[in-house]
Amino acid sequence: MNNKTHTPLFHISKRGALPWYAAWAIRGGALILALLLCALVTTLVTGQNPIDVYITIFKGSFGSSRRAWVLFQNIAILLCVSLAVTPAFKMRFWNIGGEGQMLAGGLATAACMILLGGKLPGWLLIVIMVAASILAGAVWGGIPAVFKARWNTNETLFTLMMNYIATQLVAFFIIVWEVPKGAGQIGIINQSSEAGWLPVIGGQKYLLNITVAAVVCVAMHIYLSYTKHGYEISVVGESENTARYVGIKVERVIVRTMLLSGAVCGIAGMLLVAGTEHTLTTTITSGRGFTAVMVSWLAKFNPFMMIFTSFLIVFMERGAGQIATDYGLSQSFADILTGIILFCIIGSEFFITYQINFRHGAAKED
Amino acid sequence: MGEQIPAVKLRNVTKTFGSITANSKVSLEIYRGEILSLLGENGSGKTTLMNMLSGIYFPDEGEIFIHGKEVVIRSPKDAFDLGIGMIHQHFKLVDVLTAAENIVLGLKGKLDLKAASEKIRAICDAYGFEVDPNQKVYDMSVSQKQTVEIVKVLYRGADILILDEPTAVLTPQETDKLFAVLRNMKADGKSIIIITHKLQEVLDISDRVAVLRKGEYIGDMATGQADAQKLTDMMVGRSVALNIQRPDAVDPKPRIEVKGLTVHSADGILKLDNVSFTANSGEILGVAGISGCGQKELLEAIAGLQPVDGGSIRFVSDDGTREELVGKDPLSIADMGVTLSFVPEDRLGMGLVGNMDLAGNMMLRSFRSGHSPFADRKGPHKLAEEVVEELEVVTPSIETPVRRLSGGNVQKVLVGREIASSPTVLLTAYAVRGLDINSSYTIYDLINRQKAAGVAVIYVGEDLDVLLELCDRILVLCGGKVSGIVSGRDADKREVGLMMTKLGGSADE
Repeated sequence: MNNKTHTPLFHISKRGALPWYAAWAIRGGALILALLLCALVTTLVTGQNPIDVYITIFKGSFGSSRRAWVLFQNIAILLCVSLAVTPAFKMRFWNIGGEGQMLAGGLATAACMILLGGKLPGWLLIVIMVAASILAGAVWGGIPAVFKARWNTNETLFTLMMNYIATQLVAFFIIVWEVPKGAGQIGIINQSSEAGWLPVIGGQKYLLNITVAAVVCVAMHIYLSYTKHGYEISVVGESENTARYVGIKVERVIVRTMLLSGAVCGIAGMLLVAGTEHTLTTTITSGRGFTAVMVSWLAKFNPFMMIFTSFLIVFMERGAGQIATDYGLSQSFADILTGIILFCIIGSEFFITYQINFRHGAAKED
Repeated sequence: MGEQIPAVKLRNVTKTFGSITANSKVSLEIYRGEILSLLGENGSGKTTLMNMLSGIYFPDEGEIFIHGKEVVIRSPKDAFDLGIGMIHQHFKLVDVLTAAENIVLGLKGKLDLKAASEKIRAICDAYGFEVDPNQKVYDMSVSQKQTVEIVKVLYRGADILILDEPTAVLTPQETDKLFAVLRNMKADGKSIIIITHKLQEVLDISDRVAVLRKGEYIGDMATGQADAQKLTDMMVGRSVALNIQRPDAVDPKPRIEVKGLTVHSADGILKLDNVSFTANSGEILGVAGISGCGQKELLEAIAGLQPVDGGSIRFVSDDGTREELVGKDPLSIADMGVTLSFVPEDRLGMGLVGNMDLAGNMMLRSFRSGHSPFADRKGPHKLAEEVVEELEVVTPSIETPVRRLSGGNVQKVLVGREIASSPTVLLTAYAVRGLDINSSYTIYDLINRQKAAGVAVIYVGEDLDVLLELCDRILVLCGGKVSGIVSGRDADKREVGLMMTKLGGSADE
């Protein structure tokens, strides 16, 4: 160490509780910074006018009423999966098997549509589909939970592996049900009879999905915040020892919560197959089971906040597609922009918890 | 100048954490060859201050001088380079390495364990330590681990040593040994700072006492002029009565009968070996022992949280009927109508949920009541308000997460909830650990009130002085066995200390 020691240029210390408006000001600032950064990158890398690019991104979501409905439909499905994995996360059970649980629900739905379509009255078929998808999702989520509760297996790996099994199962049944033979895909199920298609309400194809997601959102908020079950989930998540100490049966809570988590994922899968796509592919979930992890965390497990976080992510995705087509930019470019925005937003949390003190403390006033 | 240059001099050091001021313009000096006690209640900023000296925190304002030269300590490495070494309350050793390996860990240069062992031996001989450089840390007792920590900082050439509550985990005999070593180091010209709140030790070991209160430096005095009462008044800021009351036992009748209780821990280690005793109603039964001698398992076995391998735990009702508690979980014990309250050692890890607010924590005991799927939040909220008012819990609001409260207030919340259910049996583990004098006396008072109400209290403690003052009878555990049961009124501290380390009989593990 040489003789001249300097005070460090800055040091970091923890903040007290920030008032909510200051916290939101920081988050807002982060968003603005993100947009500026994106603009800079856009100009430097592509030479395009960033404002035009932003407008195009916006058009991707709101350019026409059809695009807007597609946006909301995508938000609805993503929100539904995010809500599904949230109780598990609150319990510190890292369920990254949303994909598999959705696929299980979707597979069960498709099975009902294909095998029972035309043999049962429409409403009964839909009731059976709903029940089957819930059951399938719950089973897919319940298996890792039982193993976790009984033998303390690692739920992260387990749920992840269950995803692959679900994908392969779907791949298998696609060959079983392929139309026409040898096509390697199922195609639109019951295209002529529309048996098992979810009904169109309010004249809008996607309105039902959106309504279901909204109901699930409110229900999940009530469940987590006001019920005894929700309370038990929080206690188990915070400390299993405390839970045992007050006589909560931790194993039972784990299994019960994962059954619920899987069941809601199953519903999301059902919405996707019977409400939106009317077919089944191995990639039908488009990674939403994983994106949901991010949505849930960004919202700090608050169901209503998830509306915003899922909006943000879907909005950026849609915009990405739009710049890809309009400017001939690669889809990856939009992913870069999404990355910058998420980086800034997640990074802003650091500045909400900590403050930076500079050497010549001009910012001494507190 | 004629005046000695202080080894360490702090001038106007201030440190804030958000809106909390941990240290406000603290100035302090310590000289070579001096032992300074840093005394203060919990949250008075002792540890924060020392952490700034050892490079863990960086002061917001103020200057630090080492041997008369202004320095900037940015990291623990800077502190080491300046000869400052801190022995933390929680040891930072690698269990699977030997003493010598731990001591040289992270040092630059070639790894020469032989040379290191020799140097370690030399240090040990110089000051009177007993360390086997080749012993693995996991084989060591708490006191041996502490010794390794001290040797580690000496090995690195520290001449300013900071010890954060070094005696909290030691028996009286081990404390004596530690103090002897510290005196040797002092004679060698080292400067030693001890953080503590045990007054007797302050008077025993230190040359000078400095008192902090609420982050501010209150003053210092030569130990010769100090006495327990004076120091307490300085710490608390007003006069405090220092006697623990011990009312006579109220109509004691057997309440919990433990016979031949044997418990193995999850990894198969024998924790309790054929333990038998009776806890009476209206009486405080103290449990003494070196930490880790089965106290935790004993309480958890009674509370239904610890699987039992043998023996019985019977609850005796007022009408004399006996019910077996072994094999029941906390819920079924409650269903039997036994109101058993338990203040566990790990308050935030077991008794409370740190991230939940006060009301949410009150709910832990009551949330199941009623048939509705919704949990009642109003009752717990009211209970939280009552506890805050009655026990004078300092909290910004009922909605504050309990982990934000200070240790004493966390404990008040926990104890308040546990006694709110008017228990017949109250189990407490280290109820005043880490609490300041004021809070401690509040807790003693609460426990005494439970005793007066006819509750059978089992009090696991670590401070023998307190156990001897508070308890009617004391059960001494040694290595999971009952070393003896003595009367709190006429037992002798040395005698209990010996019983803690040596079982009257077999000496095997």
